[in-house]
Amino acid sequence: MGKQKVTLRVNGVSYEREIDPRMTLGDFLRHEIGLTGTHLGCEHGVCGACTVLINGLSGRSCLAFAVQEDGSEITTVEALAENGELNILQQCFQEHHALQCGYCTPGMLMTLTELLRDNPKPSEKLVRDTLGGNLCRCTGYAAIVDAALDAAQRLAAAREA
Amino acid sequence: MGAKHFGARVQRIEDPALLQGKGRFVDDVKIPGTLHACFLRSPYAHARLRSIDASRALALDGVIAVFTSADMPERMQRERMPMLVPNAAIAALRTQHALAVEEICYVGQTVAVVIARSRYIAEDALALIDADYEALPAVSDLKSAIAPGAPVAHADLPNNIASDFKMEYGDVDGAFARAPHVFEESLWQHRGGGMAMETRAVLASHDSASDLLTIWTGSQTPHIGRRMLSDMLDRHIESIRCIAPDVGGGFGPKAIFYAEEAVIAACALKLGQPVKWIEDRREHFICATQERDQYWDVAIAVDDHGKILGVRGALLHDTGAFVPWGIIMPYIAAATMPGPYVIPAYRLNVRVALSNKVATTPVRGAGRPQAVFAMERLLDRVARELNIDRAELRRRNFIQPEQMPYSVGLTFRDGKPLIYDSGDYPKGQSEALRISEYDSFEERRKAARAKGRHIGIGLANYVEGTGLGPFEGVTVRVLQSGKVAVATGATQQGQGTRTTLSQIVADSVGCRLEDIVITVGDTAAIANGVGAFASRQAVNAGSSAQIAGTNVRKQIVALAAQALGVAPDDIDIADGEVMARTGNKPVLTFGELARMSQGMPGFSMQPGQTAGLENTAYFTPPQAAYCSGTHVAEVEVDLVTGGVKILNYSVAHDAGNIINPLIVDGQVQGGVAHGIGNALFEWMQYDDAGQPLTTSFADYLIPMAGDVPSCKIAHVETPSPLNPIGVKGAGEGGTIPAPAAIISAIEDALKEFGVHVTDTPLTPGRLVELLTAAGAYDELAFG
Repeated sequence: MGKQKVTLRVNGVSYEREIDPRMTLGDFLRHEIGLTGTHLGCEHGVCGACTVLINGLSGRSCLAFAVQEDGSEITTVEALAENGELNILQQCFQEHHALQCGYCTPGMLMTLTELLRDNPKPSEKLVRDTLGGNLCRCTGYAAIVDAALDAAQRLAAAREA
Repeated sequence: MGAKHFGARVQRIEDPALLQGKGRFVDDVKIPGTLHACFLRSPYAHARLRSIDASRALALDGVIAVFTSADMPERMQRERMPMLVPNAAIAALRTQHALAVEEICYVGQTVAVVIARSRYIAEDALALIDADYEALPAVSDLKSAIAPGAPVAHADLPNNIASDFKMEYGDVDGAFARAPHVFEESLWQHRGGGMAMETRAVLASHDSASDLLTIWTGSQTPHIGRRMLSDMLDRHIESIRCIAPDVGGGFGPKAIFYAEEAVIAACALKLGQPVKWIEDRREHFICATQERDQYWDVAIAVDDHGKILGVRGALLHDTGAFVPWGIIMPYIAAATMPGPYVIPAYRLNVRVALSNKVATTPVRGAGRPQAVFAMERLLDRVARELNIDRAELRRRNFIQPEQMPYSVGLTFRDGKPLIYDSGDYPKGQSEALRISEYDSFEERRKAARAKGRHIGIGLANYVEGTGLGPFEGVTVRVLQSGKVAVATGATQQGQGTRTTLSQIVADSVGCRLEDIVITVGDTAAIANGVGAFASRQAVNAGSSAQIAGTNVRKQIVALAAQALGVAPDDIDIADGEVMARTGNKPVLTFGELARMSQGMPGFSMQPGQTAGLENTAYFTPPQAAYCSGTHVAEVEVDLVTGGVKILNYSVAHDAGNIINPLIVDGQVQGGVAHGIGNALFEWMQYDDAGQPLTTSFADYLIPMAGDVPSCKIAHVETPSPLNPIGVKGAGEGGTIPAPAAIISAIEDALKEFGVHVTDTPLTPGRLVELLTAAGAYDELAFG
């Protein structure tokens, strides 16, 4: 199987690699460039743990081949905090106990990052509908929903300030 | 004294790393030169392995090896996997070989292992292995398994009965003979798997310089794993280190020691290179242990007022092909059924059947949800037949708080008499009724019905034995940096073990939370350990943390008093600093005292002084601590689709003293979600030949964000008198009564049709069948 050259920008950094065309984006992130924050929970596109932003839109990194994303801008959970300082959504996750084992959390954060960017004042129903693409076995979701709604308010307050 | 952490809503110390993608799960551990493993698994539920030809696989570029049982250490060829919890009542004490020797007993059983330079290549190679099997008749359905003439799950066994025992007390037959009312129920209950979001994972690496074999494993019980590996590899236990790093959910199945862990360790030793195996989700569905089917045929005898006179019945439990965790689940189920009620006479006959499916072992609740469902279904039946409100009927039958400690009359899973240590069941129920606004439900029903909606309410009670032994240990040690090191055999899969133990140590030693450096799930950190199951860590490790912390505090006080020349009573400790209350109030830091505690080379220690400020405690509980609770579910049923929406869910929960309400609420809410899955969605299906049919999250549904309401939670705290911090377990109570409460509510919503529910999961299709049979659609005009 011939290798193929790809260039992906991940969290603002360019990575050029020669890879197997069948390597998934998830494996590329985790094993090729060492960003293990993105987790693989099912590798069949249902659980959402591997969700990243691809050119700003949420996508399953387990279902995309890295070569398909040649030239794309990828954002992963590692980009959220600044200098070790949790961002507002991450802070809300900690305060509301919105994570237990933490395995689904990176996917949850990326899905909600997109949601809060596009819908600054989401209803609880919209949050729950949006999280329909992310499974969590630990929390029972309530704290994740609370964290998302709290984050929306605090982001709005930060914008007005 | 600094801030009191015990009982406070302390934010978790685990979170910052996990939120930034800096967690370290097994597959995040990278060692240069690591090889990747994939398992060849049986496609048959029952077969004889005739031969394996791996020559085509070995010819593939990048394939290092294909190993079968004959390549494993001698002991792993000869002996089966260890039985973790043997019991005299088990007739068929059988576990599997690490790699199949001849007979194969379930789809997914490990046959061979491929080692390659990448996971992709290893999977390619799997398809190139030519394995020849002779298919044997398989037994799949549980009831068929015990029918005369059924195929046998193991060719050399006379039948499929793995165990047959009974639990009883009192004059059961007399009670039934005298009772004015007897009601019977036949129930089918299914529970699926744990379905942690992280699948199983193993990385093994042997360091030839130190001869240390290190295994990173996504396990709830790394200390148990190390003992198993020592036996199976014939290797000195001190030359094995097992680490359970961040683990992405446990829920029971990761408490088991698996064939794959032994095989990967053996491969790393054999090849002299690190070997990693990450289970894929399909493998998790077919060969991580799960819970599955139980049939309950039960009867209740009551007087005219609904007072219980006796309960009796039979339980049939599917253990699958093997019994790696013994018969714990049906045993727990049988001991859990009496629950919070005064039951003068009780008998349950239990049969455990073998089938050609993966073994069943505890999943969150471990047989208790089914026992509670059986008991609560009987009580709902009595309430309906005798026209007594369901909550009132339960109130009439509760064990009263003044009866504590209450001896049920049975022996629990810990071998001790089943004695409830504390609890206030009437209060628990009244709290749940209050927060659920149970008393005003009929008004809500009327208003909904006026709009053509069908809503219902249901409740369920439970008592759960938690905090089981044998022990868990905690070491507390003050470091010369002033930090306080804590090490424990307790493990973490999301429970916040690091945070809660740190809270206890910070209070008992007298330091800041941020000065604690805690290691969990690492056999190198503490000599003995057990791990996470049976909601046991808060009781066992929490108590040990309290004892060890208190002992270290005494050492600090003694040393400081000596150094400062004051009486021990004149010493104060706060935030890692020690000061004298007298004179000019001199201060010593923990770091300074830790240095002093090391003495000076060549000089004797002062009389009474210990070497280092360090203590290890291994708390062992005298028996289980019994937590309890009441759940109230309010649901709406869509008659057209059979869909169920949970409108409100209320929980009154007694886990004794609460170390961290933030974490306990999270355990309850998450547990309820799992219970909702068991009530409505989760169904691991097999065909008649034992082929698993639901092997993806598209086929096997777990609750999503839209399926789980935010619970109202009330805490009733009756401290356990059995441990120094008065706690009981909190990890499983959310799940245990949920199916019973939800099904009760569904039945209530449909009471005008007389729908009677006896099965879980109650899928929309099944509900429409029940509604059809009840004639619900005869009277309805749709469209």
